[in-house]
Amino acid sequence: MAKLPVKQQGSASAVKPLLRYLKPYRKELTAALVLAVINVAATLYAPILTGHAVDLIIAPGKVDFAGLKPLLVKFAVTIVIVALSQYAMTLCTNKTAFSAVKDLRNDAFANLNRLPLRYIDSHPKGDIISRLISDIEQISDGLIMGFAQLFTGVVTIVGTLGFMLSINVKITLIVVVLTPISLFAARYIANNTFKFFKQQSQVRGELTAFVEEMTGNQKTVKAFAHEDEAEEGFGEVNQRLSDVSVSAIFFSSMTNPVTRFINGLVYAAVGIVGAISVIGGHFSVGMLSCFLTYANQYTKPFNEISGVITELQGALACAKRVFELIDEPQEIPDAEDAHVLTEVDGTMHAENVYFSYDPKVPLIEEFNLDVKPGQRIAIVGPTGCGKTTFINLLMRFYDADKGSISVSGLPIKSCTRDSLRSVYGMVLQDTWLKTGTIRENISYARPDAEFKDVEAAAKAAYCDGFIRRLENGYDTVITEDGGTLSAGQKQLLCIARVMLALPPMLILDEATSSIDTRTEILIQKTFNKMMEGRTSFIIAHRLSTIKEADCILVMNAGHIVEQGTHGELMAKEGFYAKLYNSQFES
Amino acid sequence: MVKLFRYLKNYKIESILGPLGKFLEAIFELIVPIVMANIIDIGIKNSDKPYIYRMCGVLVMLGVLGLAASLTAQYFAAKAAVGFGTELRNDLFRHINTFSHAEIDKIGSSTLVTRMTVDINTAQTGVNMLLRLFLRAPFIVIGAVIMALSISVKLTLIFLASIPLLCAVIWYVMHRTVPMYKKIQKKLDKTTLLTGENIAGVRVIRAFSRQNDEEKDFRMETEALQIMQVGAGKVSAVMSPLTYVIVNIATMLIIWCGGISVDHGGITQGEVIALVNYMTQILLSLIRLAELIQTLTKAQASSLRILEIFDKSSSLTDEGSKHITENAEAPAVEFRNVKFSYVSSERDSLDDINFTAARGETIGVIGGTGCGKSTLVNLIPRFYDVTGGEVLAGGVNVKDYPFEQLRAMVGIVPQKAVLFKGTIRENMQWRDKNAADEEIMKALDIAQALDFVSQKPKGLDYELEQGGRNLSGGQKQRLTIARALVGNPEILILDDSASALDLATDAALRKAIAQKTEGMTVFIVSQRVSSIRNADKIIVLDDGRMAGIGTHEELFDNCEVYKEICMSQLTAEEAKKNG
Repeated sequence: MAKLPVKQQGSASAVKPLLRYLKPYRKELTAALVLAVINVAATLYAPILTGHAVDLIIAPGKVDFAGLKPLLVKFAVTIVIVALSQYAMTLCTNKTAFSAVKDLRNDAFANLNRLPLRYIDSHPKGDIISRLISDIEQISDGLIMGFAQLFTGVVTIVGTLGFMLSINVKITLIVVVLTPISLFAARYIANNTFKFFKQQSQVRGELTAFVEEMTGNQKTVKAFAHEDEAEEGFGEVNQRLSDVSVSAIFFSSMTNPVTRFINGLVYAAVGIVGAISVIGGHFSVGMLSCFLTYANQYTKPFNEISGVITELQGALACAKRVFELIDEPQEIPDAEDAHVLTEVDGTMHAENVYFSYDPKVPLIEEFNLDVKPGQRIAIVGPTGCGKTTFINLLMRFYDADKGSISVSGLPIKSCTRDSLRSVYGMVLQDTWLKTGTIRENISYARPDAEFKDVEAAAKAAYCDGFIRRLENGYDTVITEDGGTLSAGQKQLLCIARVMLALPPMLILDEATSSIDTRTEILIQKTFNKMMEGRTSFIIAHRLSTIKEADCILVMNAGHIVEQGTHGELMAKEGFYAKLYNSQFES
Repeated sequence: MVKLFRYLKNYKIESILGPLGKFLEAIFELIVPIVMANIIDIGIKNSDKPYIYRMCGVLVMLGVLGLAASLTAQYFAAKAAVGFGTELRNDLFRHINTFSHAEIDKIGSSTLVTRMTVDINTAQTGVNMLLRLFLRAPFIVIGAVIMALSISVKLTLIFLASIPLLCAVIWYVMHRTVPMYKKIQKKLDKTTLLTGENIAGVRVIRAFSRQNDEEKDFRMETEALQIMQVGAGKVSAVMSPLTYVIVNIATMLIIWCGGISVDHGGITQGEVIALVNYMTQILLSLIRLAELIQTLTKAQASSLRILEIFDKSSSLTDEGSKHITENAEAPAVEFRNVKFSYVSSERDSLDDINFTAARGETIGVIGGTGCGKSTLVNLIPRFYDVTGGEVLAGGVNVKDYPFEQLRAMVGIVPQKAVLFKGTIRENMQWRDKNAADEEIMKALDIAQALDFVSQKPKGLDYELEQGGRNLSGGQKQRLTIARALVGNPEILILDDSASALDLATDAALRKAIAQKTEGMTVFIVSQRVSSIRNADKIIVLDDGRMAGIGTHEELFDNCEVYKEICMSQLTAEEAKKNG
């Protein structure tokens, strides 16, 4: 426990924002709490009624049926109250929990869409997903439901004590004195469980990573006949998991038997003192039976509370992770008087631009460029020279640290991001398609496009042929990440997507890398026609693709080292010429 | 799930001791109300204090015995369940390892990972619960009825009437909600998918300014999810109040009829209390049972998913461990009338492929996207079996080799550069566990990786993260090339494996392979003419058929397809220029 405070304090910071999300449902929440009190009171009242009833059934000929009747009617009413209040309470908590969680998820998603790319690029995808899905699920299960349970538990304990005190103070005191045993036992078990569970989840994580690596790359494992070694490694981790799992599962399953045992002790103690009191005449058999029922139920909420508290702590930690995402600062919003780029003349101007992802590792420095309308600019250079970064800056996925970039004479920082981005048509090497039909994907930029336009774009991108061969043609649903389509086909679809949008400027980042060169030439022709008079930026490995550019920028280590047409650069016999000629060496 | 029980085979004793402990615990628990009835009927009635003390001693004893029995049960149940999970996991992993590429393509590796991890865990929890708790409920219910019978046959009728009612309620709720929860899980999977998609496609979404539409889609999903959750909640919220009502109506009847019986001298006051207690015990254990059934339903679904994998077996058979001696005179690789189609597509991916590759030759394979280049080289290490004709390595049909021997002959560099967690040295020793540093260095040198490896903090001991994340794409690719070269394979296959390398490195690599791998037969698959133009033989593929075979010059003059490819990449002058 000694280590916990810091963490608790950290997690506790999530309570306040969480209350914000509960606020719209405060009616339901209040109703749930009131209903819980009613439910507990009625539940606890029932044993008193049965107790009184038992007192009327003493021995042959000594049964008071006249007194029994009204008691049983009262009992029936109590049962109905318990049932109804419990049902209504569950509905209210469900409504609160599921609605609050929905809001939470929507907000987290909305913020995700407004976060700077820097955040998304630097956080593992799996981590963000688990914040949005499993962490939030944990809040619904653990926090809101847990809170309801905690509340009911506390009310039950207080209520039981109250009822017991009202019947017999002495026996109540015995029950109270025995309570700490239950608490200590629960604590002991919870601590051990926590310890082993932590170990278990760590080893389980190791196992999952191992399986992901080996099974995920099964083809490589097979290619190197590495199966035996893989099985050996797996067996080792699996054995360790097995060892720690037995302890974890055993300890976690101890809670119930131990509580039952302590219950038994309380039961026996109440039995002795109660029975002696009955003999002494201070107490009735019916009340003894009522007390026994209480004794049976009394430790249960303690047990639940200690379980719930562990869960609450876990859920609070999850809540903290979720709020970290929700409160993560968004992209600086567009200024109110920001320009909306509509007509652009096709010029692009970069002046003294500096940029780096990591302040310690300078990347783009002193970058200057002047692009005239309709020019085709090709960017070449070794991996990591800053080509893709340049695109990130053009599209304002990242903002330059220093210097300015302008389009059509306007600094891009003074334009709205949406309008700036709609100026460019972008095809990236990393093809992304959405789960949906082919048609939806092609018309992604223009959801209202007519089918004939979609078809025309597909034809222009040379994918009409293979689309038609698919089972449902344009209505074929492509699954996660393009599913069965080949890399080349996916790239063709991305190109069709841009063809349909027909933006005034174009960015092609290795856009045809997976397409064979003959198809590429055909597409190039379409591009040329489409881009007539439009400015375009092309990044490519294949030098054949860029030879015809109006201007080739040769980049190295964040600087433009050479600039000119293919002919000029070849004549220069510099970096570019070396790069170009290397492809013919053997 | 029953089918998987064979994995409990080695845990027979544990599997019996678990439920047995639970059985004993239930018996001890059921004795308690009788003892209490005796305290009331004998101890209190006769004011016999010593009797009361004795009986309370018995209660404590019962508690201790119950605890001991229960802990024994939990321990052995945990042991059996974990043993079950561990053996099942090992076995499934082994089974997955027998799959050929064809099965992996069909099933998909991500779902294999889920089944190995999540599904087995769920099944394990199911077994644990089953051993521990599932039998407890019937024990308590049947036991309580028997105890009630021993008190009063007539009043037991109330029990016999209420138990089927309780079961009916539980069955109804489960029956209605289980499919609902399945749907909810599906919806949740959909939100996960949407989230993942949005992160992966963040650039495209923003480039087309579609954030608001994506948000709308997401809201629709969460809205639907919430409605489904509330709906399922409404049904399952009925269970607890309804069972409470049934049990308490039964209690009322017991009190009323018990009253009549006491009045007639049938049973005693203490026995009425005992009967009420038994009713409560039944209620509590049935509620636990309902929770348990949910866990078991999930375990059942997972078991089916696991069995699905076990039911699939490799389409390739390993010809055993007999070492085959190859024919030293025969060409390194020969394709005779080879035909191949993937199971899923009807069209032949390869048709009528014939060629020989002599020892030490370099063979280039070129052609458009999806023309079958990779498929062709994948047939050499027998990742797939041909559907017609035969593939020979060293004069022997590849089907006749044991897998181990065949794959030791072939070094392959796949398109996707995959490296594994561990040091660079460990990664380099995949083909040959005992490869010395010297040999590894040589391979690294050929693969143009020596420079950057020696610049790494610990050289060969540099730790790679999972998937080689801490290396650049080009570095990873060079390491996978080096990995294939360690152990000096007879046949080396480079399947478009220079795509992440810049042209200069690519050229240096090819030069090194040509000079430093004497006697090695090398297959180079590429889309770049420059990568293969110096090969001894170039195979030109067009839509699964051979459009030509020969040297660059021969093909340039005679093969239309090849000429087109060249012209699309080089100028006429460059294409003719001898390298």
